[in-house]
Amino acid sequence: MMNNQPEGDPAAVHAHDLSVRRGTGRTLRTVLDSLAFDVPRGRITGLLGPSGCGKSTLMRAIVGTQAHVTGTLDVLGDPAGHPRLRSRIGYVTQAPSVYDDLTVRQNLDYFAAVLDPGRAAADRRAAAVTRAITDVDLTSRAGALAGNLSGGQRSRVSLAVALLGTPELLVLDEPTVGLDPVLRRDLWNLFHDITTTRGATILVSSHVMDEAERCHDLLLMREGRILAQDTPDALRTRTHSTTVEEGFLRLVDEANANAADAALTPEQSR
Amino acid sequence: MTAMTAMSGARTAATAARVLRQLRHDPRSIALMLLVPVLMLTLLRFVFDGSPKTFDGIGASLLGIFPLITMFLVTSIATLRERTSGTLERLLAMPLGKGDLIAGYALAFGAVAVLQSVLATGLALWVLGLDVVGSPWLLLLVALLDALLGTALGLFVSAFAASEFQAVQFMPAVIFPQLLLCGLFAARDTMHPVLEGLSDVLPMSYAVDGMTQVLTHTDMTAEFVRDAGIVAACALLVLALGAVTLRRRTP
Repeated sequence: MMNNQPEGDPAAVHAHDLSVRRGTGRTLRTVLDSLAFDVPRGRITGLLGPSGCGKSTLMRAIVGTQAHVTGTLDVLGDPAGHPRLRSRIGYVTQAPSVYDDLTVRQNLDYFAAVLDPGRAAADRRAAAVTRAITDVDLTSRAGALAGNLSGGQRSRVSLAVALLGTPELLVLDEPTVGLDPVLRRDLWNLFHDITTTRGATILVSSHVMDEAERCHDLLLMREGRILAQDTPDALRTRTHSTTVEEGFLRLVDEANANAADAALTPEQSR
Repeated sequence: MTAMTAMSGARTAATAARVLRQLRHDPRSIALMLLVPVLMLTLLRFVFDGSPKTFDGIGASLLGIFPLITMFLVTSIATLRERTSGTLERLLAMPLGKGDLIAGYALAFGAVAVLQSVLATGLALWVLGLDVVGSPWLLLLVALLDALLGTALGLFVSAFAASEFQAVQFMPAVIFPQLLLCGLFAARDTMHPVLEGLSDVLPMSYAVDGMTQVLTHTDMTAEFVRDAGIVAACALLVLALGAVTLRRRTP
Protein backbone atom coordinates (compact mmCIF):
# COMPACT_ATOMS: atom_id res chain seq x y z
CA MET A 1 0.00 0.00 0.00
CA MET A 2 1.03 3.63 -0.20
CA ASN A 3 1.36 4.17 3.56
CA ASN A 4 5.07 3.50 3.70
CA GLN A 5 5.76 5.49 0.53
CA PRO A 6 6.72 9.13 0.78
CA GLU A 7 4.55 11.72 -0.97
CA GLY A 8 5.36 12.46 -4.58
CA ASP A 9 6.28 9.79 -7.05
CA PRO A 10 6.14 6.25 -5.76
CA ALA A 11 7.23 3.54 -8.18
CA ALA A 12 4.61 2.15 -10.57
CA VAL A 13 5.64 -1.34 -9.53
CA HIS A 14 7.41 -2.11 -6.30
CA ALA A 15 8.61 -5.65 -5.62
CA HIS A 16 10.35 -6.99 -2.57
CA ASP A 17 11.20 -10.61 -1.82
CA LEU A 18 8.87 -11.60 -4.66
CA SER A 19 8.73 -15.31 -5.42
CA VAL A 20 6.49 -17.33 -7.72
CA ARG A 21 6.07 -21.06 -7.77
CA ARG A 22 4.37 -22.67 -10.75
CA GLY A 23 2.69 -25.98 -11.42
CA THR A 24 0.41 -28.04 -9.22
CA GLY A 25 0.91 -30.40 -6.27
CA ARG A 26 4.27 -32.08 -6.22
CA THR A 27 5.50 -30.60 -9.50
CA LEU A 28 5.55 -27.12 -7.95
CA ARG A 29 8.82 -25.39 -8.77
CA THR A 30 10.19 -21.93 -8.07
CA VAL A 31 10.12 -19.83 -11.23
CA LEU A 32 10.89 -16.44 -9.69
CA ASP A 33 13.21 -16.35 -6.70
CA SER A 34 12.99 -13.45 -4.19
CA LEU A 35 13.08 -10.57 -6.68
CA ALA A 36 13.40 -6.96 -5.53
CA PHE A 37 13.02 -4.12 -8.01
CA ASP A 38 11.12 -0.92 -8.80
CA VAL A 39 9.59 0.14 -12.07
CA PRO A 40 9.68 3.96 -12.14
CA ARG A 41 6.61 5.89 -13.26
CA GLY A 42 6.29 7.58 -16.63
CA ARG A 43 9.18 5.69 -18.18
CA ILE A 44 9.77 2.68 -20.39
CA THR A 45 11.31 -0.19 -18.49
CA GLY A 46 12.59 -3.07 -20.57
CA LEU A 47 12.43 -6.54 -19.08
CA LEU A 48 15.11 -8.49 -20.86
CA GLY A 49 16.40 -11.98 -20.65
CA PRO A 50 16.59 -15.26 -22.53
CA SER A 51 13.43 -17.25 -23.32
CA GLY A 52 12.17 -19.18 -20.33
CA CYS A 53 13.82 -16.96 -17.69
CA GLY A 54 10.47 -16.01 -16.13
CA LYS A 55 9.61 -12.76 -17.92
CA SER A 56 6.06 -13.76 -18.74
CA THR A 57 5.48 -15.15 -15.25
CA LEU A 58 6.64 -11.86 -13.73
CA MET A 59 4.33 -9.93 -16.04
CA ARG A 60 1.38 -12.12 -15.11
CA ALA A 61 2.20 -11.58 -11.44
CA ILE A 62 2.13 -7.82 -12.00
CA VAL A 63 -1.21 -7.85 -13.81
CA GLY A 64 -2.57 -10.24 -11.18
CA THR A 65 -3.25 -13.34 -13.24
CA GLN A 66 -0.51 -15.50 -11.74
CA ALA A 67 -1.17 -17.88 -8.85
CA HIS A 68 1.27 -18.77 -6.02
CA VAL A 69 2.83 -15.32 -5.70
CA THR A 70 4.54 -14.60 -2.35
CA GLY A 71 6.33 -11.52 -1.02
CA THR A 72 5.54 -7.86 -1.68
CA LEU A 73 4.28 -6.76 -5.08
CA ASP A 74 2.60 -3.35 -5.20
CA VAL A 75 1.25 -2.00 -8.46
CA LEU A 76 0.18 1.67 -8.73
CA GLY A 77 -0.15 1.73 -4.95
CA ASP A 78 -2.33 -1.38 -4.58
CA PRO A 79 -1.32 -4.99 -4.07
CA ALA A 80 -1.04 -6.75 -7.46
CA GLY A 81 -4.30 -8.39 -8.51
CA HIS A 82 -6.51 -5.91 -6.65
CA PRO A 83 -9.82 -5.57 -8.53
CA ARG A 84 -9.33 -1.79 -8.49
CA LEU A 85 -6.32 -2.21 -10.77
CA ARG A 86 -8.17 -4.03 -13.54
CA SER A 87 -9.16 -0.87 -15.41
CA ARG A 88 -5.83 0.88 -14.79
CA ILE A 89 -3.53 -1.69 -16.39
CA GLY A 90 -3.28 -2.60 -20.05
CA TYR A 91 -1.86 -6.05 -20.66
CA VAL A 92 -0.73 -7.65 -23.90
CA THR A 93 -0.01 -11.37 -23.73
CA GLN A 94 2.70 -12.94 -25.83
CA ALA A 95 0.27 -14.67 -28.19
CA PRO A 96 -2.23 -12.16 -29.62
CA SER A 97 -5.41 -12.60 -27.60
CA VAL A 98 -8.16 -11.39 -29.86
CA TYR A 99 -11.23 -13.01 -31.39
CA ASP A 100 -10.30 -14.31 -34.83
CA ASP A 101 -13.93 -14.41 -35.92
CA LEU A 102 -14.53 -10.73 -35.27
CA THR A 103 -13.30 -7.74 -37.23
CA VAL A 104 -10.62 -5.47 -35.80
CA ARG A 105 -13.20 -2.86 -34.88
CA GLN A 106 -15.63 -5.41 -33.40
CA ASN A 107 -12.85 -6.78 -31.20
CA LEU A 108 -12.07 -3.32 -29.90
CA ASP A 109 -15.74 -2.42 -29.51
CA TYR A 110 -16.25 -5.40 -27.22
CA PHE A 111 -13.21 -4.84 -25.03
CA ALA A 112 -14.07 -1.14 -24.83
CA ALA A 113 -17.56 -2.04 -23.63
CA VAL A 114 -16.04 -4.21 -20.90
CA LEU A 115 -13.78 -1.38 -19.75
CA ASP A 116 -16.29 1.44 -20.06
CA PRO A 117 -19.80 -0.08 -20.13
CA GLY A 118 -23.17 1.57 -20.57
CA ARG A 119 -25.05 3.45 -23.25
CA ALA A 120 -24.01 6.83 -21.82
CA ALA A 121 -20.37 6.04 -22.60
CA ALA A 122 -21.00 5.09 -26.24
CA ASP A 123 -19.43 8.22 -27.76
CA ARG A 124 -16.40 8.04 -25.48
CA ARG A 125 -15.99 4.37 -26.43
CA ALA A 126 -16.20 5.04 -30.15
CA ALA A 127 -13.52 7.73 -29.82
CA ALA A 128 -11.26 5.42 -27.78
CA VAL A 129 -11.65 2.63 -30.34
CA THR A 130 -10.84 4.92 -33.26
CA ARG A 131 -7.80 6.32 -31.46
CA ALA A 132 -6.49 2.84 -30.55
CA ILE A 133 -6.85 1.68 -34.17
CA THR A 134 -5.00 4.78 -35.36
CA ASP A 135 -2.29 4.29 -32.71
CA VAL A 136 -1.38 0.88 -34.07
CA ASP A 137 -1.81 1.99 -37.69
CA LEU A 138 -4.59 -0.40 -38.64
CA THR A 139 -7.19 2.10 -39.85
CA SER A 140 -7.20 0.63 -43.34
CA ARG A 141 -7.81 -2.88 -41.94
CA ALA A 142 -10.43 -1.96 -39.33
CA GLY A 143 -13.15 -3.91 -41.14
CA ALA A 144 -11.08 -7.06 -41.70
CA LEU A 145 -11.55 -10.23 -39.66
CA ALA A 146 -8.71 -10.62 -37.16
CA GLY A 147 -8.25 -14.19 -38.36
CA ASN A 148 -7.45 -12.96 -41.87
CA LEU A 149 -4.70 -10.58 -40.75
CA SER A 150 -0.98 -11.30 -40.80
CA GLY A 151 0.75 -12.28 -37.55
CA GLY A 152 2.15 -8.82 -37.03
CA GLN A 153 -1.19 -7.18 -37.67
CA ARG A 154 -2.93 -9.48 -35.20
CA SER A 155 -0.44 -8.63 -32.49
CA ARG A 156 -1.09 -4.97 -33.19
CA VAL A 157 -4.83 -5.55 -32.68
CA SER A 158 -3.92 -7.14 -29.37
CA LEU A 159 -1.84 -4.09 -28.50
CA ALA A 160 -4.67 -1.76 -29.51
CA VAL A 161 -6.94 -3.51 -27.00
CA ALA A 162 -4.42 -2.75 -24.27
CA LEU A 163 -4.33 0.91 -25.29
CA LEU A 164 -8.09 1.32 -24.80
CA GLY A 165 -9.14 3.09 -21.65
CA THR A 166 -5.85 5.01 -21.38
CA PRO A 167 -4.15 2.72 -18.84
CA GLU A 168 -1.63 4.14 -16.38
CA LEU A 169 0.53 1.06 -16.68
CA LEU A 170 1.05 -0.91 -19.87
CA VAL A 171 2.48 -4.40 -19.49
CA LEU A 172 3.60 -5.66 -22.90
CA ASP A 173 4.88 -9.20 -23.30
CA GLU A 174 7.15 -9.28 -26.36
CA PRO A 175 4.93 -6.97 -28.45
CA THR A 176 7.41 -6.60 -31.30
CA VAL A 177 8.11 -10.27 -31.99
CA GLY A 178 7.70 -11.10 -35.66
CA LEU A 179 7.30 -7.51 -36.80
CA ASP A 180 9.28 -5.98 -39.63
CA PRO A 181 11.85 -3.28 -38.81
CA VAL A 182 9.67 -0.39 -39.96
CA LEU A 183 6.75 -1.47 -37.80
CA ARG A 184 9.05 -2.09 -34.86
CA ARG A 185 10.39 1.42 -35.13
CA ASP A 186 6.87 2.83 -35.38
CA LEU A 187 5.75 0.89 -32.32
CA TRP A 188 8.72 2.07 -30.27
CA ASN A 189 7.92 5.63 -31.32
CA LEU A 190 4.37 5.00 -30.14
CA PHE A 191 5.63 3.65 -26.79
CA HIS A 192 7.75 6.76 -26.27
CA ASP A 193 4.82 8.93 -27.28
CA ILE A 194 2.57 7.16 -24.75
CA THR A 195 4.98 7.77 -21.90
CA THR A 196 5.66 11.40 -22.76
CA THR A 197 2.25 12.67 -23.82
CA ARG A 198 -0.03 10.37 -21.79
CA GLY A 199 2.24 10.00 -18.77
CA ALA A 200 1.84 6.23 -18.71
CA THR A 201 4.39 3.73 -17.49
CA ILE A 202 5.43 0.92 -19.81
CA LEU A 203 6.95 -2.40 -18.85
CA VAL A 204 7.95 -4.20 -22.01
CA SER A 205 9.64 -7.56 -22.32
CA SER A 206 11.88 -8.75 -25.08
CA HIS A 207 14.52 -11.33 -25.68
CA VAL A 208 15.96 -9.22 -28.47
CA MET A 209 18.70 -7.20 -26.85
CA ASP A 210 18.91 -4.44 -29.45
CA GLU A 211 15.49 -3.27 -28.28
CA ALA A 212 17.06 -2.60 -24.89
CA GLU A 213 18.72 0.52 -26.27
CA ARG A 214 15.30 2.08 -26.79
CA CYS A 215 14.24 1.70 -23.13
CA HIS A 216 14.78 4.25 -20.35
CA ASP A 217 15.52 1.57 -17.77
CA LEU A 218 16.41 -2.07 -17.94
CA LEU A 219 15.67 -5.09 -15.80
CA LEU A 220 17.93 -7.92 -16.86
CA MET A 221 16.67 -11.35 -15.89
CA ARG A 222 18.19 -14.77 -15.95
CA GLU A 223 16.86 -18.06 -14.55
CA GLY A 224 14.23 -16.47 -12.34
CA ARG A 225 16.47 -13.80 -10.82
CA ILE A 226 17.17 -10.15 -11.54
CA LEU A 227 20.71 -9.89 -12.84
CA ALA A 228 20.83 -6.10 -12.98
CA GLN A 229 18.64 -3.02 -12.92
CA ASP A 230 20.11 0.01 -14.64
CA THR A 231 19.78 2.45 -17.49
CA PRO A 232 21.25 1.24 -20.80
CA ASP A 233 24.05 3.82 -20.57
CA ALA A 234 25.03 2.96 -17.01
CA LEU A 235 24.95 -0.73 -17.82
CA ARG A 236 27.27 -0.33 -20.79
CA THR A 237 29.66 1.86 -18.78
CA ARG A 238 29.68 -0.47 -15.79
CA THR A 239 30.42 -3.55 -17.89
CA HIS A 240 32.81 -1.73 -20.26
CA SER A 241 30.69 -2.83 -23.20
CA THR A 242 29.62 -1.13 -26.40
CA THR A 243 26.15 -2.69 -26.50
CA VAL A 244 23.60 -3.85 -23.92
CA GLU A 245 23.83 -7.33 -25.37
CA GLU A 246 27.55 -7.48 -24.67
CA GLY A 247 26.99 -6.09 -21.18
CA PHE A 248 24.32 -8.67 -20.50
CA LEU A 249 26.60 -11.50 -21.60
CA ARG A 250 29.40 -10.18 -19.35
CA LEU A 251 27.01 -10.18 -16.41
CA VAL A 252 25.90 -13.72 -17.23
CA ASP A 253 29.51 -14.94 -17.37
CA GLU A 254 30.19 -13.18 -14.09
CA ALA A 255 27.15 -14.82 -12.48
CA ASN A 256 28.19 -18.22 -13.81
CA ALA A 257 31.71 -17.78 -12.48
CA ASN A 258 30.34 -16.78 -9.06
CA ALA A 259 28.04 -19.79 -9.05
CA ALA A 260 30.93 -22.07 -9.93
CA ASP A 261 33.02 -20.54 -7.11
CA ALA A 262 30.20 -21.03 -4.64
CA ALA A 263 29.87 -24.67 -5.64
CA LEU A 264 33.58 -25.19 -5.08
CA THR A 265 33.67 -23.59 -1.62
CA PRO A 266 33.04 -26.42 0.84
CA GLU A 267 31.91 -24.37 3.90
CA GLN A 268 28.85 -23.19 1.96
CA SER A 269 27.31 -26.64 2.07
CA ARG A 270 26.96 -26.98 5.83
CA MET B 1 -13.47 -13.96 -3.57
CA THR B 2 -16.90 -15.00 -4.73
CA ALA B 3 -17.50 -16.78 -7.98
CA MET B 4 -19.82 -14.08 -9.26
CA THR B 5 -18.04 -10.79 -8.74
CA ALA B 6 -19.64 -7.53 -9.72
CA MET B 7 -22.24 -8.48 -12.30
CA SER B 8 -23.09 -5.63 -14.60
CA GLY B 9 -26.00 -5.63 -17.02
CA ALA B 10 -24.18 -3.61 -19.64
CA ARG B 11 -21.13 -5.92 -19.64
CA THR B 12 -23.37 -8.99 -19.83
CA ALA B 13 -25.24 -7.49 -22.78
CA ALA B 14 -21.98 -6.53 -24.49
CA THR B 15 -20.71 -10.09 -24.07
CA ALA B 16 -23.90 -11.59 -25.47
CA ALA B 17 -23.74 -9.21 -28.44
CA ARG B 18 -20.10 -10.16 -29.02
CA VAL B 19 -20.87 -13.91 -29.00
CA LEU B 20 -23.72 -13.39 -31.48
CA ARG B 21 -21.46 -11.26 -33.69
CA GLN B 22 -18.88 -14.03 -33.74
CA LEU B 23 -21.60 -16.44 -34.75
CA ARG B 24 -22.78 -14.12 -37.52
CA HIS B 25 -19.38 -14.41 -39.17
CA ASP B 26 -19.99 -18.15 -39.33
CA PRO B 27 -23.21 -18.60 -41.36
CA ARG B 28 -22.56 -22.30 -41.91
CA SER B 29 -22.72 -23.00 -38.18
CA ILE B 30 -25.95 -21.05 -37.90
CA ALA B 31 -27.44 -23.03 -40.77
CA LEU B 32 -26.40 -26.32 -39.17
CA MET B 33 -27.79 -25.32 -35.79
CA LEU B 34 -31.14 -24.32 -37.23
CA LEU B 35 -31.62 -26.88 -39.98
CA VAL B 36 -30.32 -30.13 -38.51
CA PRO B 37 -33.14 -30.47 -35.92
CA VAL B 38 -35.69 -29.68 -38.61
CA LEU B 39 -34.27 -32.31 -40.95
CA MET B 40 -33.95 -34.94 -38.21
CA LEU B 41 -37.57 -34.46 -37.14
CA THR B 42 -38.69 -34.76 -40.75
CA LEU B 43 -36.64 -37.92 -41.12
CA LEU B 44 -38.12 -39.32 -37.92
CA ARG B 45 -41.65 -38.54 -39.07
CA PHE B 46 -41.22 -40.77 -42.11
CA VAL B 47 -39.27 -43.46 -40.26
CA PHE B 48 -42.38 -43.89 -38.11
CA ASP B 49 -44.70 -43.41 -41.07
CA GLY B 50 -46.83 -46.35 -39.98
CA SER B 51 -47.06 -45.52 -36.27
CA PRO B 52 -47.77 -41.81 -35.64
CA LYS B 53 -48.15 -42.51 -31.89
CA THR B 54 -44.47 -43.47 -31.66
CA PHE B 55 -43.53 -40.32 -33.58
CA ASP B 56 -45.50 -38.24 -31.07
CA GLY B 57 -43.56 -39.66 -28.12
CA ILE B 58 -40.09 -39.61 -29.59
CA GLY B 59 -40.62 -36.37 -31.51
CA ALA B 60 -41.66 -34.46 -28.42
CA SER B 61 -38.67 -35.78 -26.46
CA LEU B 62 -36.32 -34.82 -29.28
CA LEU B 63 -37.65 -31.27 -29.25
CA GLY B 64 -36.09 -31.08 -25.80
CA ILE B 65 -32.94 -33.03 -26.59
CA PHE B 66 -31.85 -31.12 -29.70
CA PRO B 67 -31.28 -27.78 -27.97
CA LEU B 68 -29.43 -29.52 -25.16
CA ILE B 69 -26.98 -31.27 -27.49
CA THR B 70 -26.46 -28.32 -29.84
CA MET B 71 -25.83 -25.84 -27.06
CA PHE B 72 -23.56 -28.29 -25.27
CA LEU B 73 -21.38 -28.60 -28.36
CA VAL B 74 -21.28 -24.92 -29.26
CA THR B 75 -20.60 -23.75 -25.73
CA SER B 76 -17.90 -26.28 -24.98
CA ILE B 77 -16.00 -25.36 -28.15
CA ALA B 78 -16.60 -21.62 -27.78
CA THR B 79 -15.38 -21.47 -24.18
CA LEU B 80 -12.49 -23.79 -24.93
CA ARG B 81 -11.42 -21.34 -27.64
CA GLU B 82 -11.80 -18.52 -25.17
CA ARG B 83 -9.52 -20.36 -22.75
CA THR B 84 -6.84 -21.34 -25.27
CA SER B 85 -6.72 -18.09 -27.29
CA GLY B 86 -5.79 -16.00 -24.26
CA THR B 87 -8.93 -13.88 -24.53
CA LEU B 88 -10.22 -15.35 -21.26
CA GLU B 89 -7.02 -14.35 -19.47
CA ARG B 90 -7.31 -10.88 -20.96
CA LEU B 91 -10.97 -10.51 -20.01
CA LEU B 92 -10.35 -11.65 -16.46
CA ALA B 93 -7.52 -9.11 -16.15
CA MET B 94 -10.16 -6.50 -17.07
CA PRO B 95 -13.07 -5.39 -14.90
CA LEU B 96 -15.35 -8.20 -16.14
CA GLY B 97 -17.20 -10.37 -13.62
CA LYS B 98 -17.22 -14.11 -14.25
CA GLY B 99 -21.00 -13.86 -13.94
CA ASP B 100 -21.05 -11.34 -16.81
CA LEU B 101 -19.18 -13.71 -19.06
CA ILE B 102 -21.31 -16.75 -18.23
CA ALA B 103 -24.58 -14.85 -18.38
CA GLY B 104 -23.47 -13.33 -21.69
CA TYR B 105 -22.89 -16.76 -23.19
CA ALA B 106 -26.16 -18.09 -21.73
CA LEU B 107 -28.09 -15.13 -23.19
CA ALA B 108 -26.54 -15.39 -26.64
CA PHE B 109 -26.92 -19.15 -26.99
CA GLY B 110 -30.34 -18.94 -25.32
CA ALA B 111 -31.43 -16.62 -28.12
CA VAL B 112 -30.15 -19.08 -30.73
CA ALA B 113 -31.94 -21.89 -28.89
CA VAL B 114 -35.23 -19.97 -29.00
CA LEU B 115 -34.88 -19.58 -32.75
CA GLN B 116 -33.95 -23.23 -33.17
CA SER B 117 -36.84 -24.40 -31.00
CA VAL B 118 -39.40 -22.15 -32.66
CA LEU B 119 -38.45 -23.60 -36.04
CA ALA B 120 -38.38 -27.21 -34.86
CA THR B 121 -41.54 -26.99 -32.74
CA GLY B 122 -43.43 -25.12 -35.45
CA LEU B 123 -42.48 -27.66 -38.07
CA ALA B 124 -43.26 -30.63 -35.82
CA LEU B 125 -46.67 -29.33 -34.77
CA TRP B 126 -48.01 -27.80 -37.96
CA VAL B 127 -46.26 -29.58 -40.78
CA LEU B 128 -45.37 -33.02 -39.50
CA GLY B 129 -48.56 -33.37 -37.46
CA LEU B 130 -47.03 -34.00 -34.06
CA ASP B 131 -50.02 -34.52 -31.79
CA VAL B 132 -49.48 -32.50 -28.62
CA VAL B 133 -52.33 -31.99 -26.15
CA GLY B 134 -50.71 -29.17 -24.14
CA SER B 135 -49.60 -25.68 -25.11
CA PRO B 136 -46.76 -25.21 -27.59
CA TRP B 137 -45.47 -22.41 -25.32
CA LEU B 138 -44.71 -24.99 -22.64
CA LEU B 139 -42.78 -27.07 -25.20
CA LEU B 140 -40.78 -23.95 -25.98
CA LEU B 141 -40.16 -23.28 -22.30
CA VAL B 142 -38.76 -26.77 -21.72
CA ALA B 143 -36.64 -26.47 -24.88
CA LEU B 144 -35.20 -23.19 -23.58
CA LEU B 145 -34.39 -24.69 -20.18
CA ASP B 146 -32.74 -27.63 -21.94
CA ALA B 147 -30.66 -25.22 -24.00
CA LEU B 148 -29.58 -23.51 -20.80
CA LEU B 149 -28.64 -26.88 -19.32
CA GLY B 150 -26.64 -27.71 -22.45
CA THR B 151 -24.83 -24.35 -22.24
CA ALA B 152 -24.04 -24.99 -18.57
CA LEU B 153 -22.73 -28.52 -19.17
CA GLY B 154 -20.66 -27.36 -22.14
CA LEU B 155 -19.09 -24.56 -20.16
CA PHE B 156 -18.28 -26.92 -17.33
CA VAL B 157 -16.66 -29.70 -19.38
CA SER B 158 -14.62 -27.23 -21.43
CA ALA B 159 -12.52 -26.76 -18.29
CA PHE B 160 -11.42 -30.39 -18.57
CA ALA B 161 -10.65 -30.38 -22.28
CA ALA B 162 -7.21 -29.32 -23.45
CA SER B 163 -8.14 -29.35 -27.14
CA GLU B 164 -11.13 -29.35 -29.48
CA PHE B 165 -10.54 -33.08 -30.00
CA GLN B 166 -11.13 -33.74 -26.33
CA ALA B 167 -14.04 -31.33 -26.14
CA VAL B 168 -16.08 -33.13 -28.81
CA GLN B 169 -15.35 -36.47 -27.11
CA PHE B 170 -17.10 -35.13 -24.03
CA MET B 171 -20.31 -35.05 -26.04
CA PRO B 172 -20.76 -38.85 -26.11
CA ALA B 173 -19.32 -39.12 -22.59
CA VAL B 174 -21.72 -36.64 -21.00
CA ILE B 175 -24.75 -36.73 -23.29
CA PHE B 176 -25.08 -40.37 -24.44
CA PRO B 177 -25.56 -41.95 -20.98
CA GLN B 178 -28.29 -39.41 -20.32
CA LEU B 179 -29.82 -40.11 -23.71
CA LEU B 180 -29.95 -43.86 -23.00
CA LEU B 181 -31.35 -43.42 -19.52
CA CYS B 182 -33.78 -40.55 -20.07
CA GLY B 183 -36.72 -42.75 -21.03
CA LEU B 184 -36.49 -42.21 -24.77
CA PHE B 185 -35.62 -45.82 -25.60
CA ALA B 186 -37.34 -47.61 -22.72
CA ALA B 187 -39.67 -46.37 -19.99
CA ARG B 188 -37.53 -45.52 -16.99
CA ASP B 189 -39.51 -47.71 -14.56
CA THR B 190 -38.82 -50.79 -16.71
CA MET B 191 -35.02 -50.41 -16.42
CA HIS B 192 -32.75 -52.34 -14.08
CA PRO B 193 -33.29 -50.74 -10.63
CA VAL B 194 -29.73 -49.46 -10.53
CA LEU B 195 -30.13 -47.72 -13.87
CA GLU B 196 -33.53 -46.42 -12.86
CA GLY B 197 -31.93 -44.88 -9.78
CA LEU B 198 -29.20 -43.41 -11.96
CA SER B 199 -31.73 -41.97 -14.39
CA ASP B 200 -33.46 -40.31 -11.43
CA VAL B 201 -30.43 -38.12 -10.81
CA LEU B 202 -29.68 -37.21 -14.43
CA PRO B 203 -31.22 -33.90 -15.54
CA MET B 204 -32.14 -35.02 -19.09
CA SER B 205 -34.66 -37.50 -17.60
CA TYR B 206 -36.63 -34.55 -16.29
CA ALA B 207 -36.29 -32.66 -19.55
CA VAL B 208 -37.89 -35.58 -21.42
CA ASP B 209 -40.44 -36.09 -18.64
CA GLY B 210 -41.46 -32.46 -18.93
CA MET B 211 -41.96 -32.80 -22.68
CA THR B 212 -44.08 -35.92 -22.14
CA GLN B 213 -46.25 -34.02 -19.65
CA VAL B 214 -47.00 -31.38 -22.26
CA LEU B 215 -47.64 -34.12 -24.81
CA THR B 216 -50.33 -35.78 -22.72
CA HIS B 217 -51.91 -33.05 -20.56
CA THR B 218 -53.85 -29.93 -21.52
CA ASP B 219 -52.88 -28.03 -18.38
CA MET B 220 -49.60 -27.34 -16.66
CA THR B 221 -49.41 -30.31 -14.28
CA ALA B 222 -47.63 -30.33 -10.93
CA GLU B 223 -45.20 -32.84 -12.41
CA PHE B 224 -44.41 -30.47 -15.27
CA VAL B 225 -43.62 -27.71 -12.82
CA ARG B 226 -41.39 -30.09 -10.86
CA ASP B 227 -39.59 -31.25 -14.05
CA ALA B 228 -39.02 -27.72 -15.32
CA GLY B 229 -37.83 -26.65 -11.87
CA ILE B 230 -35.34 -29.51 -11.66
CA VAL B 231 -33.92 -28.81 -15.13
CA ALA B 232 -33.60 -25.10 -14.32
CA ALA B 233 -31.98 -25.80 -10.95
CA CYS B 234 -29.51 -28.25 -12.50
CA ALA B 235 -28.61 -25.69 -15.16
CA LEU B 236 -27.95 -23.01 -12.54
CA LEU B 237 -25.95 -25.41 -10.39
CA VAL B 238 -23.73 -26.46 -13.28
CA LEU B 239 -23.35 -22.82 -14.37
CA ALA B 240 -22.09 -21.99 -10.89
CA LEU B 241 -19.68 -24.93 -11.07
CA GLY B 242 -18.59 -23.65 -14.47
CA ALA B 243 -17.91 -20.22 -12.98
CA VAL B 244 -15.53 -21.82 -10.51
CA THR B 245 -13.54 -23.29 -13.40
CA LEU B 246 -12.92 -19.80 -14.85
CA ARG B 247 -9.78 -18.96 -12.96
CA ARG B 248 -8.34 -15.50 -12.91
CA ARG B 249 -4.91 -16.84 -12.10
CA THR B 250 -2.59 -19.10 -14.07
CA PRO B 251 -1.30 -21.91 -11.83
